[in-house]
Amino acid sequence: MSTPVLEKRRVGGGLLDPEQMIRSLPDALRKLNPATLWRNPVMLIVEAGAVFTTVLAVFDPSFFAWAIVVWLWLTVIFANLAEAVAEGRGKAQAATLRAAKRDTTARRLKSRAATEWDVVGAPELKQGDLVIVEAGEVIPGDGDVIEGIASVDESAITGESAPVIRESGGDRSAVTGGTKVLSDRIIVKITQKPGESFIDRMIALVEGANRQKTPNEIALNILLAALTIIFLVATVTMQPLAIYSKLVNPGVPDSLALNADGVTGVVLVSLLVCLIPTTIGALLSAIGIAGMDRLVQRNVLAMSGRAVEAAGDVSTLLLDKTGTITLGNRQAAEFVPVDGVSEAELAEAAQLSSLADETPEGRSIVVFAKQHYGLREREIHGAEWVPFTAQTRMSGVNFEGREVRKGAATAVMKWVRDAGGHPTDEVGHLVDGISASGGTPLVVAEKGRVLGVIHLKDVVKAGMRERFDEMRRMGIRTVMITGDNPLTAKAIADEAGVDDFLAEATPEDKLALIKREQEGGRLVAMTGDGTNDAPALAQSDVGVAMNTGTSAAKEAGNMVDLDSNPTKLIEIVEIGKQLLITRGALTTFSIANDIAKYFAIIPAMFAAVYPGLDALNVMRLSSPQSAILAAVIFNALVIVALIPLALRGVRYRPSSASKLLSRNLYVYGLGGIVAPFIGIKIIDLLIQFLPGMS
Amino acid sequence: MSTTLAGMLFIASLIAAVALVWKPFGDHMYRVYSTTRHNRAERVIYRLLGVRADAEQSWGVYARGLLAFSVVSILVVYGIQRLQDKLPLSVGMKPVTDHIAWNTAISFVTNTNWQAYSGESTMGHLTQMAALAVQNFVSAAVGMAVAIALVRGFARRKAGTIGNFWVDLVRGTIRILLPIAFVGALVLVAGGLIQNFAGPHEVSTLTGGTQAITGGPVASQEVIKELGTNGGGFYNVNSAHPFENAATWTNWFEIFLILVIPFSLTRTFGRLVGQVRQGYAILAVMGVLALASVLLTNVFELSGNATVPQAVGAAMEGKEVRFGVSNSATFAAATTLTSTGAVNSFHDSYTPFGGMMTLVNMMLGEVAPGGTGSGLYGMLILAVITVFVAGLMVGRTPEYLGKRIGAREIKLASLYFLVTPALVLVGTAFAMGSAEQRASMFNSGPHGLSEVLYAFTSASNNNGSAFAGLTVNTPWYDVALGLCMVFGRFLPIILVLALAGSLAAQAPVPAGAGTLPTHRPQFVGMVVGVTIILVALTFLPALALGPIAEGLS
Repeated sequence: MSTPVLEKRRVGGGLLDPEQMIRSLPDALRKLNPATLWRNPVMLIVEAGAVFTTVLAVFDPSFFAWAIVVWLWLTVIFANLAEAVAEGRGKAQAATLRAAKRDTTARRLKSRAATEWDVVGAPELKQGDLVIVEAGEVIPGDGDVIEGIASVDESAITGESAPVIRESGGDRSAVTGGTKVLSDRIIVKITQKPGESFIDRMIALVEGANRQKTPNEIALNILLAALTIIFLVATVTMQPLAIYSKLVNPGVPDSLALNADGVTGVVLVSLLVCLIPTTIGALLSAIGIAGMDRLVQRNVLAMSGRAVEAAGDVSTLLLDKTGTITLGNRQAAEFVPVDGVSEAELAEAAQLSSLADETPEGRSIVVFAKQHYGLREREIHGAEWVPFTAQTRMSGVNFEGREVRKGAATAVMKWVRDAGGHPTDEVGHLVDGISASGGTPLVVAEKGRVLGVIHLKDVVKAGMRERFDEMRRMGIRTVMITGDNPLTAKAIADEAGVDDFLAEATPEDKLALIKREQEGGRLVAMTGDGTNDAPALAQSDVGVAMNTGTSAAKEAGNMVDLDSNPTKLIEIVEIGKQLLITRGALTTFSIANDIAKYFAIIPAMFAAVYPGLDALNVMRLSSPQSAILAAVIFNALVIVALIPLALRGVRYRPSSASKLLSRNLYVYGLGGIVAPFIGIKIIDLLIQFLPGMS
Repeated sequence: MSTTLAGMLFIASLIAAVALVWKPFGDHMYRVYSTTRHNRAERVIYRLLGVRADAEQSWGVYARGLLAFSVVSILVVYGIQRLQDKLPLSVGMKPVTDHIAWNTAISFVTNTNWQAYSGESTMGHLTQMAALAVQNFVSAAVGMAVAIALVRGFARRKAGTIGNFWVDLVRGTIRILLPIAFVGALVLVAGGLIQNFAGPHEVSTLTGGTQAITGGPVASQEVIKELGTNGGGFYNVNSAHPFENAATWTNWFEIFLILVIPFSLTRTFGRLVGQVRQGYAILAVMGVLALASVLLTNVFELSGNATVPQAVGAAMEGKEVRFGVSNSATFAAATTLTSTGAVNSFHDSYTPFGGMMTLVNMMLGEVAPGGTGSGLYGMLILAVITVFVAGLMVGRTPEYLGKRIGAREIKLASLYFLVTPALVLVGTAFAMGSAEQRASMFNSGPHGLSEVLYAFTSASNNNGSAFAGLTVNTPWYDVALGLCMVFGRFLPIILVLALAGSLAAQAPVPAGAGTLPTHRPQFVGMVVGVTIILVALTFLPALALGPIAEGLS
């Protein structure tokens, strides 16, 4: 976490203000409709219990019965509230996006060559239509720029105010409907189907409109349903045993908890609700929605919850070298003179040849000369700049009779020989040595003789090594993908600390690597932006497309990073893990809670017939009624108390599975056993003075 | 030497003996189930049965074979009982009544060996040998086959098959059970057990009355009764009878036979999945639970926390003087922990908490170490459920031995742990809800409730021991308990085989630093915790109204 950018993005995303709860209340009440609630079997049972006890309380009213009824209803409402709050946060985001989706009109060209257009409404555009967009206009739909270059304000989607460049051809051709062209004029070929624009999809996603349960969520739901059935059986079958126990102890008077008909309905339902895993049942869907939401807040759009979950399972991470592991460009790292030339002389020539070179490499040479040799930038007049071309593969300057060149070794050596020079073998050795170490050699020469070699190096981003160490501790293998030759690739891989690399990678190689990893049972994540990344993105389990990338790439991946920051893959993995951990932790907590509830309710129900059972009342709760009510209240309140945790996610620190488990077991397992003992006792102390509690 | 010390030495020597044979015997079973060679006897059997021994089966075919075999077995055992007076060696026994015959047939085929009859006055020698003893062998072999099939599911990679039921059945019987039973029977005969075809023998008792004592092939049946965790005694009083269990050392030997296969199968498991340490982990879970249970049962019995024991100085009611309190308690714990159900003392007479321990042992689901095979597969299901919750907590889709525990796997595992508790609780509720069935109870109050709860727990978990004190040979109990035995045996088996099929089809996920390690004490502790908590949460209300209410009064 040494890169400040990453650190900043890691926090946040979970704070909950009470106002939000109040605002979501109407939604929570609407969700009481059984037609909605049936998706959540645990809470459906609680609602059925609430209805049942309401009926019982109407016919046989007591303060105790009504208190239980109220808290059972509150339990369901709190669960709905958790979901509503989670959804509410998405809705706010969707509203912002909707504002961007103004109904625009489009100027549709008849053909590419045509100069005339007709004006149509944006929703009428079909795939393949060509539209022309000029400065100040809003792009009417998603598509690729096929002609022209323009700066585009994409803040509506990315929240980033700095404009970006979009141009035809290459990997930066995709434009998104709803964004605004700031300068120039482009022709866009529409790639979206009507009504399925990127913004439409984003709105649907953040609203969770068609949220599907993810595989692990389904599995967990099954386990919770099974537990619910077990407790249902345990509670219902207890009734004949209770009737029998009452029968064989005829002297015991009827109470609110137990009479000749067995345990009273209100108490039986209370026991059931306390035992079934209501805590996790109430929070499960909120956890899922909030997980997606955390991604959205980091400007990542996941096309499915499945992808988010898969991110937690990833065991191989493919990372492009350039832009992800290294800064985009190579930088001068050393000047190595040859044939008796002094370092200062070489530095001066290197700087001179680069003064007019605006490429990042050229700038880095000037900077290096200044930092290490004290050569200040200078204004020179009357110089003739020789620009780099693909044919000459070198650049330089002719100035005051000097001719200085720098460039690719073969090109510069040929230039020297043509001028009658004889470069020594030393130059060749140096060049090979630098290449072997992963650097790029630039030979510097002055008419007829070689002065030396500039060592250009890839600069690994700060903090990457630590990041990869972290990944390794999490059990994730990192593979660097690069077009460099194996030697160069190895040098950078070693420096960055990745586990493996794929050199001279073609799109086919990449695809083959992914398939190989998947064959071995590993899940693979990667980022990509170009059209040639599309097959690999589609094949990988988590494919994050850069928003700057082509539509083909965005279509193939299952996530889009609006910031186009390839390093974000690491955060996505962490969010995926956090999602699963939160579910597991709250499940453990929920089940662990049951122990204390038994200690509260069993003596409350049966101590009258078997006074010995009062020994189980370890919390020394004041009366049977207050014990049962306290357990029910605790059960409801713990849901509210855990909503923030469900939304924020359990704190996740990259570490080995064993350590993570130990920590979570202590906090949520042991905590889950202890917390209700304390909570129920406190509630009992508070409510014991209410009427009907003794 | 104090009795407590003697009891502890008894336990320690048992542990040492099981530990000693664990590796070689587990390795032997590994070879039995993984070799491709058939011996001559097996080839003959396959030819007679028309089995293609080298053909692998999908889980569905495996399960169908198992069920077909079991149905035929039930019919045969039922038929022999009903026709025993027409068959040789009947020693004058009449045909067994229909509801007892049905209950007994199911009881022996399901490896429960619940006895609604009194052996020496109901079953002829041929019935004992050809019907009951045969099932003692094959029902144990069926359990082992299912366990091995499940382990194959973990071990295999993208496979459509989980082995061949007939081969597993025949090998388990011929190569594992028969040789040990042969040697074991000789040992027991040397220890004073009888082995003859004698009929009833009139003897005069000390009090001056007369008693008919039936002879019979007892030793041969005794050995497989323990080894196959069956528990159906030749005599009604089971291993308390001197002809079934003559002395302290035969008592020791019988407990050893009970424990040896269930514990050693963990070694076989480790070998089959290619990670011996995984076997150690499962062994550790079973060992911790079993040791805790044995020690607690001893403590409760030795402290004799009840009126009568305190008056006479020890909880000796229902226990044989030649075994004493501790060795009886240890036998009781072993037999209930293993789904054996043999008894050398009367659990009904135990102290409330001591009796509760025998109940809880069965409620664990017969997993510590459980029955032959059924213990291992039951424990692996618990491991799967533990892995699921724990796996989520480390931020990955849970996986056990490289196999992902997804929706299908958790569905099968959840159904597995639903079946038996549901049978126990629903059965008990029905019995307690009906005044007619309550009339079968010998005691009233919480103890009577314990008797009924025990009967249904024992039948549903295929243990077969009886708390006694409950008159169970009524048609209602015979049918109800028979249903519990059938469903408690075969529903879990079908679910386990389905799980095996689903696991076998998966490609394993390679283990890494992010994978939850399932061989460390941490995991062992979790499985122990999950097992206890699941049981506690399910059965606490029932236990509270039975043994706990009695014990705390």
